[in-house]
Amino acid sequence: MTATATSLSDLLASRFPGASLGAHHYVGDQTVTITRESLLPVATWLRDDPSTRMNFLMDLTCVDYLKFGKRLQSKPSMTTPSPLPYFMQPKPATETWQRQAGSEFRFEVVYHLYSLEKNHRLRVKVPVAAADPVVDSLTGLWQSADWFEREVWDMFGIRFTGHPNLKRILMYEGFEGHALRKDYPMHKRQPIIGPIN
Amino acid sequence: MHGATARLNGKGEMGAVDASQLNWMTTRVDAALGWARKFSIFQYPFVTACCGMEYMATACSHYDVDRFGAGFPRFSPRQADVLFVVGTISHKMAPVLKRIYDQMTEPKWVVAFGVCTCTGGFYDNYATVMGIDTVIPVDVYIPGCPPRPENVLDGLMKLQEKIQHGVRATLPQGPSARPAELQAPHRPAEHL
Amino acid sequence: MTLAEAPNTTETRHMFLNMGPQHPAMHGIIQLIVELDGERVKGIDVEIGYLHRAFEKMSESGPYNNVMPYSDRLNYVSPLINNFGYCLAVERLMGIQATERCQYIRVIMSEISRISDHLTCVGASAMELGAFTVFLYMIKAREMLWELVELVTGARLTISYGRVGGVKADLPEGFDERTRKTLHEVRKTLLECDDLLTRNRIFVDRLQGTGIISKEDAMSYGITGPFLRSTGVAYDVRKANPYFVYDRMTFDVPTGSKGDNYDRYLVRLEEMEQSMRIIEQALSQIPAGPLQVDFDGRVIPAAAMVDEAKVGQTGCFKSVEVAPDPTLEGSTKRFHTAINAPEKRAVLPPKEDTYGNIEGLMHHFKLVMIGHGIRPPQGEVYSASEGANGELGFYVISDGSDRPYRVRVRPPCFAIMSALPKLLVGDQLADIIPTFGSVNMIGGELDR
Repeated sequence: MTATATSLSDLLASRFPGASLGAHHYVGDQTVTITRESLLPVATWLRDDPSTRMNFLMDLTCVDYLKFGKRLQSKPSMTTPSPLPYFMQPKPATETWQRQAGSEFRFEVVYHLYSLEKNHRLRVKVPVAAADPVVDSLTGLWQSADWFEREVWDMFGIRFTGHPNLKRILMYEGFEGHALRKDYPMHKRQPIIGPIN
Repeated sequence: MHGATARLNGKGEMGAVDASQLNWMTTRVDAALGWARKFSIFQYPFVTACCGMEYMATACSHYDVDRFGAGFPRFSPRQADVLFVVGTISHKMAPVLKRIYDQMTEPKWVVAFGVCTCTGGFYDNYATVMGIDTVIPVDVYIPGCPPRPENVLDGLMKLQEKIQHGVRATLPQGPSARPAELQAPHRPAEHL
Repeated sequence: MTLAEAPNTTETRHMFLNMGPQHPAMHGIIQLIVELDGERVKGIDVEIGYLHRAFEKMSESGPYNNVMPYSDRLNYVSPLINNFGYCLAVERLMGIQATERCQYIRVIMSEISRISDHLTCVGASAMELGAFTVFLYMIKAREMLWELVELVTGARLTISYGRVGGVKADLPEGFDERTRKTLHEVRKTLLECDDLLTRNRIFVDRLQGTGIISKEDAMSYGITGPFLRSTGVAYDVRKANPYFVYDRMTFDVPTGSKGDNYDRYLVRLEEMEQSMRIIEQALSQIPAGPLQVDFDGRVIPAAAMVDEAKVGQTGCFKSVEVAPDPTLEGSTKRFHTAINAPEKRAVLPPKEDTYGNIEGLMHHFKLVMIGHGIRPPQGEVYSASEGANGELGFYVISDGSDRPYRVRVRPPCFAIMSALPKLLVGDQLADIIPTFGSVNMIGGELDR
């Protein structure tokens, strides 16, 4: 599995020079971060090329990195993490992980792909800035992208150009805001009927 | 209404009659009606979530709700008299719940099955109604996540008592009218 | 004007039928707006989200083990599979490997959950087609399995049994014998239901040839699980990317050929038999459980242990066993090492240490109090397990603090529901019922 895994991102980098912003292999998962403009050609290649043959778009989601690594500073009582006792010190890491995209990109749209024949998986991440949250839609390539992209629009507010029916799927039409964004408070209710409670 | 009511006496003339005798008659009739209603519950199972599994278990052979006369669910609100709200109600679903409740004909009772319908459960977030009694009046609260079938049958028996005495909740009561055990406040928002 | 000369004024329009969010066959929370030409479905619009309970947002609001009750309520007919899927993801992130006995326990409980899920699915869809007896028989079998689950976890449905690094408690005594008897009963019940349905003319006519989907379409829609296997693709995460001890089990992956509702019914029936096979193999292969330690047989109640420890009399505690509250059964030292990974960063200490010495108390405190707790290193992981509906994926991102930064569930029935227009257009109105039943839409998983 490792042999094909490293070569997947190498293959991608050699086929699309300039598309890849970074790649890593962490806890057995192969991840590649690519630019927004290269998403459609890379995805088409990943689906059709005989060496990759990604026939499943398993998952399409988004992550909001607004508060990443800042959790402990958000509450005054938790300014510094309390020191860990000796038996809880983290093990020396054999592999490290960090975001491949810069912190000016607030969102990252994440695609999980799987190939049935080759039995390999790849995670593709596309960084998106908050000022311009638009990405190409992959509904032309995999039909599963339809509802997954609607959910990302509903929960994060990322628009997908070329999507046939981009409307809210989990929340209702009158709901304002995008619920899974880090700046949407969890308890803020917008009832259709009944009190706010 | 007190005082004499008219009645024909033996000679075909109107005369005064003892009010208490007539009231005895109506209370007997009411008791009989109550008995008949409580043992022929046509419930509308408004099933949404996990509590539905325990509702199924209660309705099936092992715990058998049919011995209470409640074995036949009516899937039309016009034909039902008890609305079992089973499972979490989200804000998207709340208007639908209200509409179903309004479509039911009198007399009707509402059972809040599961803690999500009683108080919102542990889903204190942007999507969940914190207790259906903010939207429709509730007669019996059956907390539990999900409640065991024995709890459900206990709740059903309490409902039967209410039906027997013809007591009904008529206005959405809201959190202040809940029983004491369901009054605990939610976790404050600063914990996020 | 004769009839022949009269202008043809009949006007046909398609009718829109709303199978609303409250409908017995829609399992309560799906709205189908069906465009009908007589009885033929010409178009369909699926509206979901009526049970959205913000699982992903709430997972970010508490420590890692707090996600367990929320994960129970995802696919609430097979909650153990969700629990263990999430635990698998966090364990991979932290580099923890669960002990062998724990993995066997997880396999056994997952398969019991899977059988319950298939029983509910087949039973409910049979009931919607009029076979009420089959529903009662299958729920009877499910009750027997739930009694087994209650023996082990303490609850019937929402069990929160998994923990990062292990499970809550070990299997009780006599579980092996009890399970084999229960499986025998379940097999008898399934045989009865099989006799009632599989060659029943009405059932077969309603299910065969309806809700057909091709292999290519199914893969394009991201459909996995029994739905995909009914089209002929033998993809099962337990075989393709084995986790726990599935690679040591011998079992078949049943596949259909036509991709219609009847094939899905047969695939589910056969999968139940294969799950029972796995359980029996696991029961015979499971390594020995409780430690055979040389206790001098003393058992001390927890309150007494705490009192003695407070005054410093801890010397005798090395060879005694504490008798905690019944709800903490199976978590004392005797069972602890068998079912919990030797990972102090994630696993609570055994109760003798928590009550008996200060290191254990501190360790417990550090894992449980707000602000402390399990802290995986910064990173992300996608871990796939085989849910009853297909590939259940958990994508967990950690930012190094005590709470998950993002927990994403890849719901298997979300993909299947998005293919509903494809499945239903062209069929008749009455075919919506068996097709929808075979989708096994579970609201908690679909809307999260």
